[in-house]
Amino acid sequence: MSDALLRIEDATVRFGERAALDGVTLDVAGHETVCVLGPSGSGKSTLLRVVAGLQPLDSGRVLLAGTDQAGTPPHRRGVGLMFQDHQLFPQRDVGGNVGFGPRMHRVPRARRDARTEELLDLVGLPGASRRPVATLSGGEQQRVALARALAPEPRLLMLDEPLGQLDRSLRERLVDELRRLFERLGTTVLAVTHDQGEAFALADRVVLMRAGRVEQVGTPLEVWRRPATEFAARFLGFDNIADATVRSGRADSGWGALPVPAATPDGPCRLLVPPGAVLLAHTPAAKALGPAASAPLGCEVVGRTFRGGRVVLRLRPERGPGLDAECSLRDAPDVGDRVPVVLDPADLVTLPRA
Amino acid sequence: MRAALVRGGLAAVPLAFFAAFFAYPVAAIVGRGLREGGHWHLGRIGDVLGDGSVRHVLWFTCWQAAASTALTLAVALPAAYVFARLDFPGKRVLRAVVTVPFVLPTVVAGSAFLALLGRGGLTDSLFGVRLDTSVWAILIAHVFFNYAVVVRTVGGLWAQLDPRQEEAARMLGAGRLTAFRRVVLPALAPSVAAAAVMVYLFTFTSFGVVQILGGPTRATLEVEIYRQTAEIFDLPTAAVLTLVQFVAVAAILAVHAWTLRRRESALRLVDAGATGHRPRGGERALLAGVLAVVAVLILLPLGVLAARSFDGPHGYGLDFYRALGSVGDDSTFLVPPVQAVGNSLRYAAVAALIALVIGGLAAAALTRRAGRLMRGFDALLMLPLGTSAVTVGFGFLISLDKPPLDLRDSWLLVPLAQALVGVPFVVRVMLPVLRAVDQRLREAAAVLGASPARVWREIDLPMAARAAGVAAGFAFAVSLGEFGATVFIARPDSPTLPVAVARLLGRAGGTNYGQAMALSTVLMVVCAVCLLILEVPLSSRAATRTPAVPGTPPGDGPAADPAAPRTAPTREEVLR
Repeated sequence: MSDALLRIEDATVRFGERAALDGVTLDVAGHETVCVLGPSGSGKSTLLRVVAGLQPLDSGRVLLAGTDQAGTPPHRRGVGLMFQDHQLFPQRDVGGNVGFGPRMHRVPRARRDARTEELLDLVGLPGASRRPVATLSGGEQQRVALARALAPEPRLLMLDEPLGQLDRSLRERLVDELRRLFERLGTTVLAVTHDQGEAFALADRVVLMRAGRVEQVGTPLEVWRRPATEFAARFLGFDNIADATVRSGRADSGWGALPVPAATPDGPCRLLVPPGAVLLAHTPAAKALGPAASAPLGCEVVGRTFRGGRVVLRLRPERGPGLDAECSLRDAPDVGDRVPVVLDPADLVTLPRA
Repeated sequence: MRAALVRGGLAAVPLAFFAAFFAYPVAAIVGRGLREGGHWHLGRIGDVLGDGSVRHVLWFTCWQAAASTALTLAVALPAAYVFARLDFPGKRVLRAVVTVPFVLPTVVAGSAFLALLGRGGLTDSLFGVRLDTSVWAILIAHVFFNYAVVVRTVGGLWAQLDPRQEEAARMLGAGRLTAFRRVVLPALAPSVAAAAVMVYLFTFTSFGVVQILGGPTRATLEVEIYRQTAEIFDLPTAAVLTLVQFVAVAAILAVHAWTLRRRESALRLVDAGATGHRPRGGERALLAGVLAVVAVLILLPLGVLAARSFDGPHGYGLDFYRALGSVGDDSTFLVPPVQAVGNSLRYAAVAALIALVIGGLAAAALTRRAGRLMRGFDALLMLPLGTSAVTVGFGFLISLDKPPLDLRDSWLLVPLAQALVGVPFVVRVMLPVLRAVDQRLREAAAVLGASPARVWREIDLPMAARAAGVAAGFAFAVSLGEFGATVFIARPDSPTLPVAVARLLGRAGGTNYGQAMALSTVLMVVCAVCLLILEVPLSSRAATRTPAVPGTPPGDGPAADPAAPRTAPTREEVLR
């Protein structure tokens, strides 16, 4: 990956005793969108500030297009940063905000104005140039902040919780818009968020962080299907995790003996059963598994929540810890019903024991 | 690293200014008093402190300051509530009105109370009661001065306390009084303490009021320093007293810094505009009481002062004002007193400019909060507020008379001394505003390609411009009223307004007295106009947004409206 636009090598930042970044290494290739995902306090924002030059490193290096950035102040790095709460300049109107970057780079006025109009068109706010920023709604502020960050044509655009404060429906629409915009412009993007949905929808690659360290890197699908650690799994919302012991391709767990991929090393581990792998025995999907399915496990339904068109069931199995299962609205049993379930071995994940 | 250098560079100019125009003159006068033949005579400290009359002065200074502070709190705290929580017509104007005494020169206040309580004054002619010989005149005048300090410091915070906290306590079963005691009072206590310490500082160093109303028997340290220096010419005693006052003031400022730091504990602050309500029930009586106090305590003395200035030998008229235009037959003045108006305005304008530059640089250096060194720098800037102005003025005379700083014959001497007391106000006004600028706005500008200097120009400067205007206004008003230092260094042919008033009051005769009242009225009007210009446009819009209390952290409201300064920075007594 010598063609990486951004290379972070062994970056460490300490605030007193605590390491906000602890030996983080990460590459971002040109035209790639990378999302850093993690709970608050995991060091995501510090990572962006380090790249922007707003936070000095205690050790390690940041390279942009192969050049070490040590000693280069923020205003000469040529990166864009969109702040969490936008940080629009309150005393300037929309045009003044968007045109700020080009003005700092001494772009002549006519070109600057043209660029401002062009960007406002691009983010869906044509003709908003003269509006005071105080009159903008949250979504509009977000768009102006994006236009402002793009205006100086940064080689790397960084987004800090880009959609953090917006309401849910607006967020889903904007993620989609952003994704298409970045594809069209060919922008290289490094974004941080604590929202997995946002990260998976936006990113080519996801970087999962925990307490200043990189926990897992992969495409959204890889990370989603194969969380590398129990922390990763739980962060993604998977709670069906139990102790198990692997012996020659079978894992013995509280839920019974389950087949795991043959390459899984023998010994104690943690076993993750994604909710999507817990199937109600009477459904066609379960029947389609045929002999591959695990032995049926009797369960009592103790709770239901609705997530869009799917239902998440909280189950109390006759043996082993509680299980979350997902099913369609049509198949959903009532609370208190007793239902047998089978587990789809193809989706089981073994995790290292902590 | 570079940031530290820039900060150091910014701090260098104010530091040099303070070294040359504060530390050096004060050190010179202390040295003059305590050094002889190349030896320090520190034994004199013990001699002076052992003197019974000096101990009497010390005791009086301390107890009158404590009494004034207690009285001010008792009278002004209800008003703080009324201004913070009740909505009534004319509130904004009234808040400006109660702030007027705060920027009035103490000479004017002294004359006003003399006109009210003294021989032939209102209380004398109505009831035959003269208070100018009792300590009450001093105490009441001190309340008059510092009323606004409490109303604005405590009231400013009170207005921003979230009333829902009280409501939450009520819902949890607390009675009205219990809710106040358990929720409101703990939140207010640090700001009450800070206000009390400020009032104590101002009354401890009180000069003009005590000079005019204290008579021959009562003197504060500051008045005694003046007497020892200018009347008895006992420099060693004056030097010792200066040191004593210096130590006392440093201690008071340390307490103040401590209460401020405690106040920075997290309070949930809300927009002050939303917490007021119309008075109901007993609150109407409270409002009426506060209005009555304002009428008697603040409007009446000012009114009487103005009335006396028109009460000439031939009935009401402009006789005294006309007399200001001529030199007069005695030798009080070399020039017509009316020229003092022009002198004062000119000096104050220059002083405000100097204070703005020095204070602005200091505030810029202090913006990025940093370690102990910068805190020390912050405290240093406050010191001139409490140091004997008499000492500073006399120190100017004896220290700035040889190269490289030979300013003996320069008119600049007066504005320089006046700027010294203006700087702390500029810093107090500018600093909260500069600190309220979200650091991430600066970072946003930097990431967009602005160099550090450009960031300052594009982000800090526009937001600070309004605060700079207010700061300059306060520095102007303070300079206008400065007396303690100016009285030494103003040349006889170019007196300032307070100096001219004091000179007129020092002469016998009804005409001189009337002229003093007339000149005081002029000074009062100039100060009031200056204040109203500052206050009204601010109050009308952004009044409620910002820390009304110097040193309070700004709320975490949206950065949409950069903190508009609406501080009445705790102002020292002008007259020191």
